[in-house]
Order: sequence, then C-alpha cells, then structure tokens
Amino acid sequence: MKYSKILKDGVINNNPILVQFIGMCSALAVTTSVKNALAMSAAVIFVLVCSNIIISLIKGITPDEIRIPIFIVVIATFVTIVQMFLQAFSKPIYDSLGIFLPLIVVNCIILGRAEAFAYKNSVFSSFVDGVGQGLGYTFALFVVSSIREIIGNGSFFGISLFGESFQPISIFIQPPGAFIILGLFVGVFNLIKSKKAVRE
Amino acid sequence: MSITAILISTILVNNYVFAQFLGICPFLGVSNKTDTSLGMGVAVTFVVTLASIVCFFIQKMILDPLGLAYLQTIVFILVIAALVQFVEMVLKKTTPALYSALGIYLPLITTNCVVLGVAIQNIVAKYDLIQTIANSIGASIGFTLALLIMAGVREKLELADIPEPLKGFPITLLSAGLMSVAFTGFAGLV
Repeated sequence: MKYSKILKDGVINNNPILVQFIGMCSALAVTTSVKNALAMSAAVIFVLVCSNIIISLIKGITPDEIRIPIFIVVIATFVTIVQMFLQAFSKPIYDSLGIFLPLIVVNCIILGRAEAFAYKNSVFSSFVDGVGQGLGYTFALFVVSSIREIIGNGSFFGISLFGESFQPISIFIQPPGAFIILGLFVGVFNLIKSKKAVRE
Repeated sequence: MSITAILISTILVNNYVFAQFLGICPFLGVSNKTDTSLGMGVAVTFVVTLASIVCFFIQKMILDPLGLAYLQTIVFILVIAALVQFVEMVLKKTTPALYSALGIYLPLITTNCVVLGVAIQNIVAKYDLIQTIANSIGASIGFTLALLIMAGVREKLELADIPEPLKGFPITLLSAGLMSVAFTGFAGLV
C-alpha cells in the first residue's frame, strides 16, 4: 500500500471521528477550547504512533489468543508515560484534561488501529497509519473546538476576539454544544463527500 | 457528600453520558432498541459496581501503601479486563439464561470508558467504600437511563424524514444534544 494513501485514508476517507465514529468520548469532552483539543490530540498521536510501532514489532511473537490484553498493556504503558510527562512539565493541561487522559487507554481508536492495522502490517506502514489516524483525529477536534470556543466563549486559543460587548452563547461551551456541533460537522462532511462523489 | 446527594447527582445532574461524555461509544452503538439497551444497562451496572469495589481495595491496600499510585491506569484496566472475563465465565457456568441474555454485551464492556472512568473518579474524589458503591450504582443507572431514552427516540427517528447528509449518526448526535439540553435543567438540584 502506498504511504500517501494510508495518510489520506486516516485524515479524510477513513477519519476516525467523522467516518468510523470511534473515540467519541474524548472528542466531545475536551473540545471546550482549542488549547485543550490540541493537547489531547498530541497525547493521542503520541500513544497511537508508539503503540502501533510496538505492536507491529511484536506481532510475530504475540500469541493470538491473548493479543487484546497484550495490546492493552502496551497502550496503558504509553498512556502512563504521557500522564507522568504532562504532570511534571505542564500541570495546567494535566488538570484541564483530567480524567480523559487516563481514559486514552480505552479510546477505541488506539485499540482499533492496533487490531485492524498494526497487527497485520509492517512497522513503517503502522507508523504512517498512526500519524494519519492521529492527524484525522486532530483535524476533527480542531474544527469542533474552534467553533465551540468562538461561539461559546468569544475567543480563539484563549485570545478574546470580539471585545467586551460580545455576549457569548454559553450553551456551546457546555456539554449540549459538543453533541450539536459535532453532529452538524459530520452532516456537512457527508454533504461535501456526496457532492464530490457526484462530480466524479 | 451524602449517599442520596451522590445518587441524584450522578443520575440526573452530572449524568455520565450527557454531562461527562463517558460511555458515548456503546451509547451510540447499542441504543437502537429499548430491550437491547436494557440488557446493556444491566450488564454495565453489574460490572461497574464490581470493578469499582475491586479497584477501591487495590488502590487502598496495594497501590497506596507501596507508593505505586502511578501504576493506577495500567493496574485498573487489567483488573477490569480480567473481571469482565471472570464474570463471563461465572455466568456461563452458573446462570446460562442470564449469560445468553448479557453474553454479547460483556466483551464490549472492557473498552467502555464508564467502567474505568468511574473507578478512577472514585479515587480522585476520595470516596469511602459506601460512597464508592453509591457512585457506581448512580453512574450505571444514569447510563441505563440515557440509553433507554435514546433508544425510545431512535425508534421514532426511523420513521422521520431526515435530510440525506444527516441520516444515521449525525441525527443521533443532534438528538443527544437536545436531550443534553434537557438534562441541564437539573443543574442546581444538588
């Protein structure tokens, strides 16, 4: 398989959030601000790429019956590394991501890619797949969090955009906004995709 | 916090699905029919409560005294995975009827973030054993409630005339959003 195709699959054709609908919990929860979303994406990319590489490396010696527990241990190890790193060097981000940081372990994207891709493909393709899927996740989170932060808080990346007189629609920063914005975003994504398919 | 306050808070005010975004995957995946959602709800209640109690004792008796708190994530997820497997085997041997009813949902529960989320939250909030049990039961009832309401809505949605790009997943998210708005009405109850 060509590497550019693996990358494009991850970001657009087989985007984890917009097409496969996996890893939704964290996608909905951390998109209250762009900063949180990007921090979460970075953590997910790190865990995804590292666990894909390791699982691809050990696929020859992994007994088939107990592969899932082995995957989970590998993933949990990298999650713990990220947790300790953030706790030591960036306490505010560690606090604002809260419980969703350890919950990367049960993020279906990572276990899903381990099972569906890394366990069957070469080390380098698994690395590219990890980057592609991670960027796809980042793309979805970035768009959703930008919309939520701009409408719901009147700011972008923590910088106030509209001045004092702007009244933000705070429902978009609260939980309901996450469902509604993501739902509409998937709808728009589907619309663009079907328009493109008709043109081709 | 009193037990009643914890129960009301986890079921209605801070509902795990609508306010804290835990367990969204099974929530969106299984909420097609009311009877399957009830089965999933019962299985989740069982596993969440058991896992929280076991994780509580592991944290207090092994991890804390030995200063191994940083291993929490790895240990908890392994305990949950083993527990789910164990529950599956016990049910298969002792009550085959219950097993065949819950069977298909049990393996899915390992990767349900409600289980790990509640187990970790009990530790973070420094709950004692009784509060831990109340929190787990409240969380699972809240999850089941969300699943049941959603299943009811989705059964009606099958007949609705939905714009083509919004069919399937997006409309489910939008309905969940509106339901979440309704649940914000409970804010301030506790």
